[in-house]
Amino acid sequence: MMAETEPIASLDHVGVRYGTQWALADVSAAFPAGAVGLLGPNGAGKSTLLKALLGLLKPDTGSIRVLGLDVAARPLDVRARIGYMPESDAQIPGMTAVAFVAYCGELSGLPSADAMQRAHEVLFYVGLGEARYRNVETYSTGMKQRIKLAQALVHDPDLLFLDEPTNGMDPKGREEMLALIRDVAQKKHISLILSSHVMPDVESVCDSVFVMNHGTVIMHGPIASLKSPAGHIFEVRVKGDRPAFVNAMRQQAFECRETEGDFLRVVLPPEAGPAELFLSAAKVGAQVRHLKPSLPTLEDVFAQAMGEE
Amino acid sequence: MPIYRDRYRRRSSTDSGDPGRVEGGLDVRGRAWAVIAAYGLRALTRRKPFIYLMIVAWIPAIVRGVQIYASANFPQAAFLAITPQTFRDFLNQQELFVFFLTVYAGSGLIADDIRSNALQLYLSRPLTRAQYVAGKFVVLATALAFVTWVPAMLLLIVEVLFAGSLSFVRNNLYLVPAISVFSMIQTALAAFLMLALSSLSKSRWFVAVLYAGLGFFTQAVFAATRIATDGTSFSWIAVFGNLVQIGDVIFRLPPRYTTPPAVSAAVLALLIGASIAVLGRRIRAIEVVT
Repeated sequence: MMAETEPIASLDHVGVRYGTQWALADVSAAFPAGAVGLLGPNGAGKSTLLKALLGLLKPDTGSIRVLGLDVAARPLDVRARIGYMPESDAQIPGMTAVAFVAYCGELSGLPSADAMQRAHEVLFYVGLGEARYRNVETYSTGMKQRIKLAQALVHDPDLLFLDEPTNGMDPKGREEMLALIRDVAQKKHISLILSSHVMPDVESVCDSVFVMNHGTVIMHGPIASLKSPAGHIFEVRVKGDRPAFVNAMRQQAFECRETEGDFLRVVLPPEAGPAELFLSAAKVGAQVRHLKPSLPTLEDVFAQAMGEE
Repeated sequence: MPIYRDRYRRRSSTDSGDPGRVEGGLDVRGRAWAVIAAYGLRALTRRKPFIYLMIVAWIPAIVRGVQIYASANFPQAAFLAITPQTFRDFLNQQELFVFFLTVYAGSGLIADDIRSNALQLYLSRPLTRAQYVAGKFVVLATALAFVTWVPAMLLLIVEVLFAGSLSFVRNNLYLVPAISVFSMIQTALAAFLMLALSSLSKSRWFVAVLYAGLGFFTQAVFAATRIATDGTSFSWIAVFGNLVQIGDVIFRLPPRYTTPPAVSAAVLALLIGASIAVLGRRIRAIEVVT
């Protein structure tokens, strides 16, 4: 058995190469128990990392341990204890939902009768109880996401890998999916690694986060501590030469980035105040038309990590 | 959202003392291929065209059964008495049904999984690629055995029953292994070839055409060389011609082509080997584009 404090998964100088391209480059990380987010832009190496953790990809360098087991030496034992929800649409054709989930349970080692019972339970749990006798191929995108979660949960894994679980879902469906994932992590006590490029999803579900880019982990830690501000954050709107204002901010080593609409997000160090903003605007002939203190978000953490890189 | 059980109640490894169980986990070893095979066969037998095909494929066996009955019970029909060659001819006839059954039951076995991205669902579970292929192979091989080995062995039993003695079997003891070995080779060739082709495409229709094309094209090339050379030394070109040649040798009959049987055997081994190699390359949870 694993101790509570032991990482659920750890990578030691792991490198995975596709041809000449390193998808993961010398990654060392220890994922704590609980809900962990894996953030990064498309092509950052998140899915490759999950597949390496599953033992589906053999690392060219380094070693991986999941749930205390060496993935290279005992891949089947590792996979028996993991539930994987892939990013792309995936189903076994010609099956009803309940048959599909039960089949997945049997493939994971459940006896046939238990697999069928668990399939019914899990389908009710993910909200597909009424549609469980329908052919999976007739499901909507949202339902397909749910059934992918169901098949990942059916054998009661110790660890769940969720690859972009809210892809293609409408806002309501997305909220419901996130609530389900939160419930799995908090009430069912299943550790999970959620890979996503949607920061609010990760923020609403996870306790800690790993930020990836170009096949490396560029920042990690508990979300709460990463978000604790190293200064003041302001939401700013300027009138006038906006690019010049942004440049002026950056020249003073203030983090400044564009957000939705006309707004800029500016992070000032603790010793600086809003006066610096007005001064900089005046220097470039711009006017500050909106200034509002803001709370740090995961997006700020992500932007900072990418900026530092 | 009702959930009736919080967690699946696992037996601990100490309950069973079974080394195939993960500590505190599930029974994972060596069973997955059987799950795939059982599901595949259940799905196959639920399809009406498969049942109809099976019924048609058994008609020659029923006719042979009547032949055995008549020759054993009516002196006027003694000329219908079966010989070892009857079994060779029977399996030769069944080649047609083997072809249709392979195309119908086998073309989608892997292609459908590739089309619906199911490979990653399979391979993210405690089963190896070899177990996945084994499961699919058993589906097709079982279906094929039901039109080759099973009816041929039944005919042998029917002969014993109607003749009321074991003399035919005793005088032709080699028939049981011959039927078994030939059916095994026939099944292995068809199943591995079809699985390999099925792993190359997302479309079962394309796979079916590819398999049919492979058979007909190589046969046509052989036919052309036969006309050109006025001989059969190029029979090794025809995929299923090699099977015919090997079948003759197994049933202790003079080979019908001049190609050395060893060459035919080598070609069959090469085809099966190549099919396994293709499956090894194609059955992956991840499609790597470099």
